[in-house]
Amino acid sequence: MGTPAGRLYRRLEGLFAVYKPPGVHWKLVRDTVETNLLKGINSAPPPAPQLQVQFLPERTEGPSGSTELTLTATCLPALAEHPRVTGPRFRKLRVGVGHRLDAFSSGLLVLAVGQGNKLLTDLYNSHVTRDYTVEGEFGMATDDFSNTGRLIERTTYDHITRDKLERVLAMIQGANQKALLTYSNVDMSSQEAYELAAKGSLYPQGKSPPIVTGLRCLHFEPPHFSLEIQCLHETQRFLCRLVHEVGLELRSTSVCTGVRRTRDGPFTLQMALTRNHWTVPDIAQAIQQSRSSWRQSASRASLPQHTESRGGEQGRHGTDEGARVAMSD
Amino acid sequence: MASAKLCRKCAGLLWGRTALASLSVPDTLLSVRAAAVQTHTQSWSFTTFRLSHSASPEPPAAERRLTERGLLPYDSPGSNCTVTERPSPDSPSLLEDLDIAPPLSPFEEISDDEAVQIVATPPLPPASTSLRDYVSQSETLTKLVQLGVDLFKLEQRPNVGSMLLRLDFQQDVQGRLLFLKDVGLQDSQLGPLITHNPFILTESLENLQARVSYLKSKRFSSEAVCRMVSKAPYLLNFSVQRLDNRLGFFQKHLGLSPHKTRDIVTRLPRLMCGSLEPVKENLKVFELELGFRPNEIQHIATRIPKVLTANKKRLTETFDYVHNTMGIPHSLIAKFPQVLNVRLLRIRERHRFLQYLGKAQYDPAQSGYVSLDQLVSLPDAVFCSEVASATLEDFEQFQKTL
Repeated sequence: MGTPAGRLYRRLEGLFAVYKPPGVHWKLVRDTVETNLLKGINSAPPPAPQLQVQFLPERTEGPSGSTELTLTATCLPALAEHPRVTGPRFRKLRVGVGHRLDAFSSGLLVLAVGQGNKLLTDLYNSHVTRDYTVEGEFGMATDDFSNTGRLIERTTYDHITRDKLERVLAMIQGANQKALLTYSNVDMSSQEAYELAAKGSLYPQGKSPPIVTGLRCLHFEPPHFSLEIQCLHETQRFLCRLVHEVGLELRSTSVCTGVRRTRDGPFTLQMALTRNHWTVPDIAQAIQQSRSSWRQSASRASLPQHTESRGGEQGRHGTDEGARVAMSD
Repeated sequence: MASAKLCRKCAGLLWGRTALASLSVPDTLLSVRAAAVQTHTQSWSFTTFRLSHSASPEPPAAERRLTERGLLPYDSPGSNCTVTERPSPDSPSLLEDLDIAPPLSPFEEISDDEAVQIVATPPLPPASTSLRDYVSQSETLTKLVQLGVDLFKLEQRPNVGSMLLRLDFQQDVQGRLLFLKDVGLQDSQLGPLITHNPFILTESLENLQARVSYLKSKRFSSEAVCRMVSKAPYLLNFSVQRLDNRLGFFQKHLGLSPHKTRDIVTRLPRLMCGSLEPVKENLKVFELELGFRPNEIQHIATRIPKVLTANKKRLTETFDYVHNTMGIPHSLIAKFPQVLNVRLLRIRERHRFLQYLGKAQYDPAQSGYVSLDQLVSLPDAVFCSEVASATLEDFEQFQKTL
């Protein structure tokens, strides 16, 4: 692994985040990143050619004027090791994908290269929350809850006010909070449960259905509205269904016009690379950044005290989960 | 010298081969090697280069004898060379051949000069999945690598590996390379061309010459022919009749003048190689699904020939977005057909960005007109500074909100 390509590859092992545009399958994103990485790694300067000793016959003039053949040892580059014969050093890379995003939705997608895939498993096991921004529109219902589906029903939405919407959101959040308590497998009447709940670090043990841990309304301009959702173990389909149910609770109907993930555990939108930055130097930089931020969060976790702020819900989630992942590694 | 004496028997046999071929002494070394390789290549079968005599055409009797006699000394007791499992019906002819040219005895004395010229190379594997094992021994492969052919790409294709091993550089390859040079190709273009189309090395020279002269007779300039051959490596493997069909199709179905047909084909020679069905389909899509008029289709095809081979689904998706979402009429799209050649993602991002800035104005009659060409074909940095008058960072931030 002493070759420049090998060194470059080791710099690339780790986690990073990309921004998936809407309408593209996650697999295409992954494959594009893999091809770009392969192209970059294989264009690194090739190692020095291997030499092979060959005995070449040479005609030399003997002392008495007669010619005689002798063998001379020469070092020639071995043709079998020529890059045109062996092909590129890296033919495929292990690029893993974190929590999936379906083709309809957009946003931050975590990818892992090489040994980073192990971290991906840790990230999954640490049950981190994810942030979404979901756009909705009142007055329609479709069969797949999104605006591209087949129209089923049209309704009025004049009676909906921001107040009513927020009341429904609070109700949904309450129901989910209760589900979180049941799935976290802690005795409700214990001190431990109280402390965990006060810290906000309750999370479900093992598998659970999707759970919304935070829900609020960002914009409300009927018929359009947008929600900010923090959740666990979700699918994008579930979020679309959530929008649909919000509409039903308000005695109307609504469809989801867009799902955008803005945070996945410790990864935020600032770190996400857009389409033009899926190249080796940018990805290497992003990976170094994520490595150093994880090291920092690990050292912060080893300190006895937590600095907590009631308002910084998002930040607290981020650091807590990051620490949990780093420690399990 | 010890090693040379060890394989004296094999050397003697190889000497016998050179005597048969009556080659001069100075280049014996190379030709002995070439001969060794050739005798092997006779019997490599197609995908795995395995030695199986039933699958390959029967080599001449003398050669066959040499194959057997030449290979046996290499044979270590452990290796399972399939040559030894020769079917019995061949043996009578073998004996006759032996009568004609008595084999050299392993105990025969050879002079020092001869001994020096014996090359004790490790035995070639009878079957292999890679051409790596044969590169240093085969003159053709060596020369091809030096020419810039990517052997690792060729060995993945079926039949190509054994085909290359059967070629003789002097007889088969050299003439075709010189011919391609005569067509006007640069040295650096030869490697990629053979990497794409190794079968040009098996095409007969008269055929190649006939096709080039056909193209010239259709008044393609020699630069155009050179460009076409290098851009579409399979062009010269197609018969004159097929080429004529293609040219006739474009002239008739698009209603183009001969000059414009030549122009299209020179710019996208791939059109001459592929099937015509997708092209016909795309023309129908333009006419019926997208609703362009025949003269508009003609204009689009001459401006951007690539849309003729584009993916049908992609084409309709792009058109749908440009026409229905951005509200651009057919006439404008026909004026800037490069829109249909761009990724939908790119159009969407830029359109939404301009919309967000309030600059999405594509009507040439009004002020603040942004042409489709500007929207689509400028690189990101130039687009941001000139059209959107924003910074690249702004654009990237905006992309993250889509």
